Parts: sequence; structure tokens; C-alpha cells
Amino acid sequence: MSKQKTERLLSLVVCLLSSRRYLTAGQIREAVPGYPDAFEAFKRMFERDKDELRELGIPLETGTNAGSDEEVGYRISRQAYELPEIVLEPDEAAVLGLAAQVWQRAELAGAAAGGLLKLRAAGINAEETVRPGIEPRLQTEEPSFGQLWRAVRDRRPVTFGYQAAGRTASQPRSLEPWGVVNRNGKWYVVGFDRDRGEQRVFRLSRIDGAVSFTGPPGSVVVPPDTDVRAAVRLWDGEPPSVRVAELRIRSGAGYGLRRRPISDEPEPQKEGSGGHRWDLVKVAFSDSGWYADYIASFGADVVVIEPVDLREAVIRKLKGVLA
Amino acid sequence: MSRAGTATDRLQRLLALVPYVVSRQVVGLAETASAFGVTEHDLVDDLNMLWCVELRSPDPYCPIDLSYEGGEIMVTQAESMGRPLRLGTDEASALLIGLRLLAELPGQQDSSALRRTIAKLEAAAGEAAAASAQVSVQMDGRAPADVQAQVGKARQEGKRLHLSYYVPGRDEATERDVDPMRVVFEQGRAYLEGWCRRANAVRLFRLDRVLNLTILDVPAEVPATAEHVDVDSGLFRPSAGDIRVELELAGAGHWVANYYPCEKVTDLGDGRLSVVLRTPDTQWVRRLALRLGEDGKVVSPPELAEQITKDATAALAQYS
Repeated sequence: MSKQKTERLLSLVVCLLSSRRYLTAGQIREAVPGYPDAFEAFKRMFERDKDELRELGIPLETGTNAGSDEEVGYRISRQAYELPEIVLEPDEAAVLGLAAQVWQRAELAGAAAGGLLKLRAAGINAEETVRPGIEPRLQTEEPSFGQLWRAVRDRRPVTFGYQAAGRTASQPRSLEPWGVVNRNGKWYVVGFDRDRGEQRVFRLSRIDGAVSFTGPPGSVVVPPDTDVRAAVRLWDGEPPSVRVAELRIRSGAGYGLRRRPISDEPEPQKEGSGGHRWDLVKVAFSDSGWYADYIASFGADVVVIEPVDLREAVIRKLKGVLA
Repeated sequence: MSRAGTATDRLQRLLALVPYVVSRQVVGLAETASAFGVTEHDLVDDLNMLWCVELRSPDPYCPIDLSYEGGEIMVTQAESMGRPLRLGTDEASALLIGLRLLAELPGQQDSSALRRTIAKLEAAAGEAAAASAQVSVQMDGRAPADVQAQVGKARQEGKRLHLSYYVPGRDEATERDVDPMRVVFEQGRAYLEGWCRRANAVRLFRLDRVLNLTILDVPAEVPATAEHVDVDSGLFRPSAGDIRVELELAGAGHWVANYYPCEKVTDLGDGRLSVVLRTPDTQWVRRLALRLGEDGKVVSPPELAEQITKDATAALAQYS
């Protein structure tokens, strides 16, 4: 069955590509083998075939031939069908092969391979087997990626359930998506939130269940000068460091805390310090809950001097270990 | 299913096959089969199908003529099939997104080739290229650009690197010489894969944990036996000698079950989870337990639980 269908579709493409005139359904049935004799059955099959060709991106045109009053016919314009001339130098072909590998097994991997195949068919020798020194990979583990990409591509509004940070139940959201952004390995969608009436950023990993289209293709207008990447950077960016902590850190320890210090100086030697040397380190922090947990993980190597609330949070945490 | 895919998948292949041969004039069966990812047997089936295409009207004729005698394919008549189909939006987007991602990596040596390829592909794709502008990728922004660039330089020049590398699990800065192999990305993080001369093994180093790095005036020597880490099966794999660690997590500690690769996760009811991890080194588990406080307890091994109690007692003593 499948073989016959491939043969029929192939003949149909060749037939329509070869003809400069529009061919009527009747003429197509005459020329292309494999269609049933009964007209209604032919019509149904031909409709399905047309849809399949369009899905492959084959530009099937309808129209009537000039100077005739025939019924509507079909043809494929070679100019619309053919990939324009493209010639790549060897170094260009090599990077093209690398670009296709970026998707590996992620959502657009098949599209990347299909595109590469067409370019090879145009005479480009792009090797996929190059082992580059840098191997960036895109992953699309979030199940909503595919549908959101199609929404962005086709400019369609969507609705989905979203579990915002700090909430236990997901809530329905209605979005005109402008773009999808990958930042540090995580996917985000940016767009106009219809309920909130403003631009919003959503993390794909917090989307709960299916993403549904709520409008036809072309019904979303992306405002000019929209910078989706900047929107995510602002949304996801590190919160401003608002407070300063003063820590006592054992010399040779606490590297994680010393990465970006405001100051880091050896503590003046005291009597009875047990032979250990300590440093006095000032660091900026923002989220005191997270920071207290982090400090607690260093155990006896780090002591909070101030602020008091941070100091107490660390003590609480440590007492919790013993509880 | 030796012949993968649907009728339309095969149609796409057939439409690409004719121009593939035409643009090369003569091309071997084996080479073509491998380019299309099919067996030679399947390729011959495809060629036969193309050769058999017959249009019946107005006069019967066969638009495609080809031969594959002696393992060499030639198309002598391609009719209107001599060029491949235009790139679809997904195809153009997938390639352009990949190219732009490569072009943005620090220390990218092929930036001129990437710029040229992007321009040519945009021109050839036409309208299909537009949607790709709505996808943006920023790889690891946490790895300092100068570290990425230096690593790239060492790798290209085949030089050994000296790393000062932070190991958070032990809160240590370690010093080591590494012969770079490649840079890989996993979950958006950049890692240097290299032959570590301290461990005498292939190791991955997270670039954002490199405290300091020097390119040594010594050629890198990666042993022929060194094997790439199979990134696809995850970076962390348990081994036979690992210690089995069991933790109980309250609600606020559930993130541990998602963050670390767990061998087993069991719901204990009333919001508590039991997780089992395997690790060669329990030092990081001690730190994890301190930061979890009452939200996570090590149940086993008992010596580890005891050690954690000692750690917390010693830490608290600093505040008394």
C-alpha cells in the first residue's frame, strides 16, 4: 500500500512540475497511474494527496489557464519549488554539518537532517561526521517545546496550564507567543499575556499538560523591536545583590563563598584560636533563605558574623540537622 | 521496519535523490546510501521506483532515466526533478538556529565561515528563514568567556592546560594538568573534557568552576586509549564500588530527588520521600545534609549519619 502511494505521489509531483499549464483533476487522473476509476473515490484520494504534498512544503498552485474557461486546475511552479542556487566553500559546508548536529535527538533534529539532505542534494558536501572540538547541544526535554515552536512559527495564540513559582496548583494562561528562548539550557516562551495585558515570560518546564492553539495562523502580531532574549535575561537574571554579609572563613576553605568577595583578608591572630587561621570575608547576597542553606553546607569552616537574621537562619538550619 | 518512515518520508528522499546524483554527475551506490541513511538494497529500490515513473497522458512517457551499473549511479534524464525542493520553515530554522548558536560561542575559530554560511543560507531559504529569528539560544552564560576562549585556544593549538579547579563537594581548589579533548554542553553547562594527568583518566570539568587556567608550553598528549564520555547517557553513572546512601526528604527537600540522579525514589506518604543514591564519595552528601537541615535526613549508612551529626555539632559550637 505504502509503496503504491509513494509511486502515485511521486508521479503526481513529476506530472505537475513538468506542466506549464494548470491541469484539471480529470487531466491529472488521466496522466497519473494509481488512482481509482470511480470518480468520487478518486476525488477523495486526490484531496488527501494534495494535502500531503502541501504539508511537505511543495507549492501546489491552483488557477485557470489564460484564455480558457476551464475548471480550476493545478500545477507546481518550478521557480517556487526549486531551492535557489547555493554554493558553499569547504569551510562553510563544514560548519553547516556542525550546525545540524546541534539538535542531536532534540525536537528539530529531523528538520535539521532534512534540511541538510536538501542542501546535499543541491551539490553541497556537508559532512555530519566531523568531530569538532566544541560540541554544543540543544535539548528539548520540555514536552511543550514542539507545540510552542509551531505557535511562534505560525503566529498563533495559545493557552496552557502554568505552575508559577511558589504555587501548588497550575493556572490557565492565555498567551500571544512572540518567541522561544533557550538560556543556560532551559527553554522559555515570551509573549503578550492576554489576561494580564502585558509582556510575560514563562518557563517551559513549569507548563502543565497540553498547549492548545486558540486562533488561526497569522493572528499574532509581534511588535517591532521586540527583543525576546533581553526579556528572558531580565526575567531570569540574578536578582540585585542588596545586602552584605560578614563571614569568618577558615583559611583554605570556603572557596565557593569567596568567588566574588567585596573583601577577603586574614583575621588578626588571636590568643587561643586553636592554631587555626581564619579570614574575614565580606560578600554580597540577596536571597537570605538560600544563602543561609548554602553557608550551612560549609559546616564548621564558616561562621556568620552579621547580619543577625542570616546568622540565626544558619543556626536554625544546623539545629534542624540535629532535630 | 527496515525502510524507515511513511510514504511521504520516502517521497522526500526520492525527490532529493535525483538532484543529489545530478549535481555530482556520477556517484557510487555505497556513498549515496550512506548519505541518505539507507541500505544499498533500499537505495536500489528507490532508484527503480524513480526509473519506473510513467505518465500516461497525453502520451505515455517515462520522465526519468537513470542507471546504476557497476555500482555507479548516473541520471541521464531528470526532466523537472533536477533541483531539490526548497527548505521548509522547520528545516531552515533548525540549521540557522544551530549556526547562530555556534557563531556566538566564545573562542569560535570559524566565525568568518559561520557568518558567510548564515548569509548564504538565509538567502537560499528566503521566507522560510524568517521564523528562526524568533528563537534565541544563549549557551552557558555562567562560564566566563575568557575561560571558554582560553580552553578553545589550547585545544586548537594542541597545548596542555593547567587548571585551578573548584570541587564544591569537598570545598577544595584542586590543581591539575589537563590535556584538552573537546568542550561539550550538557543541560546548558559547558564542560571541558580532557585527559586529567592527576587522575590518569578522562574527566569533565565545568568551565564555571575553573578558578584559574594557564596554557602550558607543552604539547597535549591524550592517550590513544582515552574514550569520549558518552554525554547522551548522562554525565553521572554509578559504578560497582559506589556507596549506597539513603535519604528521607520532607516537602522542602524534594528538589533533591530531581536534582541528583537517584537509583530509587519512594513516596513514604505524608509528604515524605525516600531516595537512594550511589556515589563514590560521600563528602558532598555531608554538605547536602547540612544545607537540608530538618528537610532531609541521611538514614543509611549509619556511619555517615553519625558523621553528619558531628559536623552539625561542630558547626553549632562556633556560634556558642
